[in-house]
Amino acid sequence: MSRYLSLRDIDWPLMVIVLLLCGVGVLQIYSATMDTGYHSAWWKQILYVACGLFLMWLALALDYHTILHYVPIMYIASVVALLGTALVGATVFGSKRWIPLPGTGGVHLQVSEFVKLVIILLVARYLTDLKRDELEIREMLILSGLVAVPVVLVLAQPDLGTSLTYLAVLVTGAFLAGLRWKYVAAIAVVAVLVLPVGWHFLKDYQKARLVSFMDPERDPQGSGYQLIQSEIAVGAGGMFGKGPTRGTQTQLRFLPVPHTDFIFSSFAEEHGFVGVMVVLSLYFVMIMRIVQNAQTAPDRAGMYICMGVGGLLLFHMLVNVGMVVGRMPVTGIPLPFMSAGGSNIWSNFLALGLVNNVRLRRFIN
Amino acid sequence: MILPPADSNLEQHSLGKPPLRDDTRFAAGKIAIFQYVVVAIFLFLISGFWKLQVQNPDHYEGLAQQNSVKSVPVIAPRGRILDRDGRVIVGNHTSYTLILGREVLKEEHLPAIAQGLDLDYDDLAKRVRRFRSRPKYEPIVIKEELTPADLAFVDSHRDFFPELELINAQRRLYPQDGMMAHVIGYTGEVSEEDLDTPEFAKYEQGAVVGKFGLERKYNSTLMGVDGQRQVVVDNRGQVRKVLKQQPAKAGQDLQTTIDLDLQVVAELAMEGKNGAVVALDPRTGEVLAMVSRPTFDPNKFAVRIKSKDWKEIMSNPDHPMLNQAIQAQQPPGSTFKPTMAIAALETGTIDDKWTVNCPGGATFYGHYYKCHMKHGTISLHKGIAQSCDTYFYNVGYKLGIEKIATYADLVGFGHKTGIDLPGEAEGVVPSEEQKMRTQHQKWYAGETISVSIGQGNLQVTPIQLARAIGGLALGGVWHHPHLVPGPDSPSVWSLTPANVKLVVDGMYGVVNDPGFITGGRARIPGIEVCGKTGSAQLASNEYLQGAGRLDENARKDNAWFVGFAPRSAPEIVVVALWDHGEHGQFAAPIVRDVLKAYFDKKVRVAALQQQQQQLAARMASIGSLGLPAAGAGESGAMPAAAAVASGQNAAESDPLP
Repeated sequence: MSRYLSLRDIDWPLMVIVLLLCGVGVLQIYSATMDTGYHSAWWKQILYVACGLFLMWLALALDYHTILHYVPIMYIASVVALLGTALVGATVFGSKRWIPLPGTGGVHLQVSEFVKLVIILLVARYLTDLKRDELEIREMLILSGLVAVPVVLVLAQPDLGTSLTYLAVLVTGAFLAGLRWKYVAAIAVVAVLVLPVGWHFLKDYQKARLVSFMDPERDPQGSGYQLIQSEIAVGAGGMFGKGPTRGTQTQLRFLPVPHTDFIFSSFAEEHGFVGVMVVLSLYFVMIMRIVQNAQTAPDRAGMYICMGVGGLLLFHMLVNVGMVVGRMPVTGIPLPFMSAGGSNIWSNFLALGLVNNVRLRRFIN
Repeated sequence: MILPPADSNLEQHSLGKPPLRDDTRFAAGKIAIFQYVVVAIFLFLISGFWKLQVQNPDHYEGLAQQNSVKSVPVIAPRGRILDRDGRVIVGNHTSYTLILGREVLKEEHLPAIAQGLDLDYDDLAKRVRRFRSRPKYEPIVIKEELTPADLAFVDSHRDFFPELELINAQRRLYPQDGMMAHVIGYTGEVSEEDLDTPEFAKYEQGAVVGKFGLERKYNSTLMGVDGQRQVVVDNRGQVRKVLKQQPAKAGQDLQTTIDLDLQVVAELAMEGKNGAVVALDPRTGEVLAMVSRPTFDPNKFAVRIKSKDWKEIMSNPDHPMLNQAIQAQQPPGSTFKPTMAIAALETGTIDDKWTVNCPGGATFYGHYYKCHMKHGTISLHKGIAQSCDTYFYNVGYKLGIEKIATYADLVGFGHKTGIDLPGEAEGVVPSEEQKMRTQHQKWYAGETISVSIGQGNLQVTPIQLARAIGGLALGGVWHHPHLVPGPDSPSVWSLTPANVKLVVDGMYGVVNDPGFITGGRARIPGIEVCGKTGSAQLASNEYLQGAGRLDENARKDNAWFVGFAPRSAPEIVVVALWDHGEHGQFAAPIVRDVLKAYFDKKVRVAALQQQQQQLAARMASIGSLGLPAAGAGESGAMPAAAAVASGQNAAESDPLP
């Protein structure tokens, strides 16, 4: 048993992969914004990544058990912050997600991105505290209720994509904790019954996005436009791509937000199937390494934390990349480590910090 | 390397709790399942890329090009229409149309836009609302024919109002006040029905083609060929790069035979009257002037006529869209008498010694036919000069309808003159055969008497009359009238010169004889003007008069006058038709004005030419002083400059010793 934590024990392969992805992201942001009003986005992204590394270092320094100890406070703080966002938040594209960061001259924080981490910790703490190998329905309902509060607050911003990521973490945790299949079935039945009711609570644009996902040609100038343009961009990339800064869909702006949500369409157009395979392989290894860290975690809390991060990132991959190839509706959630934007980068690095936090302490038991 | 302080409670945490239940082994199977899920999700994603990028890249490449590569037509400017001296009658001007791109439209911009462009906001908002159900890419035209102030507004607010988009186009600029409108015609977007006709089949939807007049007849000359530009556009339609450019081929200018100097005079002479004027050069058939009244403003048709204007034109009882010069079919009245005279002389029915007594009318077939006065014993010359109806009743009685019809046909009545304008009318030359064919009725002998003085069912157009009299005066050569020079094969029927002289002298008498004559108002000092009046009753007038159905003006006869000059070698023949002008003598001044303008211009041009010749001669004599004989011949106009230029050339081309 060592009382000393060694830098050697950080998951270096994971770090290399993540930094490679960040690098690809910065290059693609540069290409996608070179002709637009956002052409400074690439070096801002470098700054965000640098800050992210610092945040990661903070997140791995403090023992995750100590962090878990403060989950109730963090949870309450999150709910308060989300309510605060609703009050003082800035409205961008018709949705209140950002609060201005005082003293930074216009940098806005997206609170809901950081709440993801709190959800991961909340689920880990709750399931660990159960100390049982199976998850009973009563506990499942309590945990769901706890998660539901931020979900509803984020859904009201409105931000369907981010609120779904919370549920992804919850589902991952519940699955690992041993939720019985009959409960899964019951939840599925309830969900099917609740769906038509939930439909009424969706905003018009969210409904439109779902409808156009089912049938993009129906409204080619509206919501379906983004899906169609993304498919065209990806398809036109072909095997080897059109070359950096040469994609017509990206450069002529037919592709919407090619440096944030649709960055992978833009990348696929300019680097082709070969480039896509390389980057997807990096993501695959990244997630598998995180899972491996879960397997080697010293305790259940560590395992739940790592798997929560893994589930979260996997969900991001599925929804964002699925959207890029037209197999998922437009929900507006970013691609981890590549999409431009500080809040997302920072929450991802914080999550990475948690994984390394667990890894560093794997031999302690 | 040592990391910053780890949790100080670490040991207590790990030592204080029993590690028994806190192992992760229970989840191993589920983590494995999770790993399979990861693999499945990545395969799912990769299959998406496979389908798009490996299986169908060409399809999507095509769609990407459809997005960004657009073909933009380069509109070819339409040829101008010029008069015989090269003066512009119809030109083009660049006009700007403003459209609202609805993909980027922000409704809160509308009040500012309406204010800046001097538009009614409610109107604009209503229009935007009406378009709401239409597809987004359909733009709204919000203003046409932008003023410089509008252009400045649009230009300076381009960044604030990205929805504003300018389109510029070449538009026709027609003369004001409907001058020559019927000759020029107008252009418009080709209609669905037109596209099915052979005349317009070669054009594409949306093409602007000639719809009427010269614009239509010579559309293929004037129109030119639109070019095309292949450009790369971004998602806002802004051109980023030009890939290929195929320039437009401008339409050719159309030089007409119209003389604007005469045209203006004829237009002014018809001011306030309805009817038509045609001036021809009988030696070639060239149309020197053509007026039809009432008229319309072709500028209103330039692209799309407003329904209000169209209704106004269509509901006008005087039919402004009718080109009376070639489409009005009216009885010629006494202007038919020269034709009667030549027919009777050529067939030997009468000679110039033959006389008739006019007691103010005569009875034929038991019906009394009136003359407008008592002429007493009268021969051919006076018969024409005083327009004696009784004389020509007798001529017609002796000739018979068949011979009358033959000669009427010979001088060109009853069929199209072949003028290069669409929609020409044929007129009617009545005969036994014609009446049986069209009305299935027998000919009444009395009808022949009416036709003899240009009444009855005889109907001619002003251009037919001008061509008939012009050809007759030339001794039997009838050229086909035209507005644009082209191959011409005149109808020729050699008339006996002595007979022609008798008729022409009669017509000279109409204008110039002392004593009672009908056409004295056409007299021009120093010019030998010949002419003939005509006061034609409309076929139905008598009936309508009886029924009291027409107002006083409409009851009046149509006034005709046909005149030509000079007597022995006609250069110009002019016909004026004044609807309800009451008497032919009142139409005579119209013809006189045009003839006078023609001969005045001739004098003016001759003087100018003489002046130029003198100048040229003087320049030549100055030039020859300093120059060897070689260069003087070719450049008489600028010998001095030529000398300087050739001197320089010599210096430059000979730098070596």
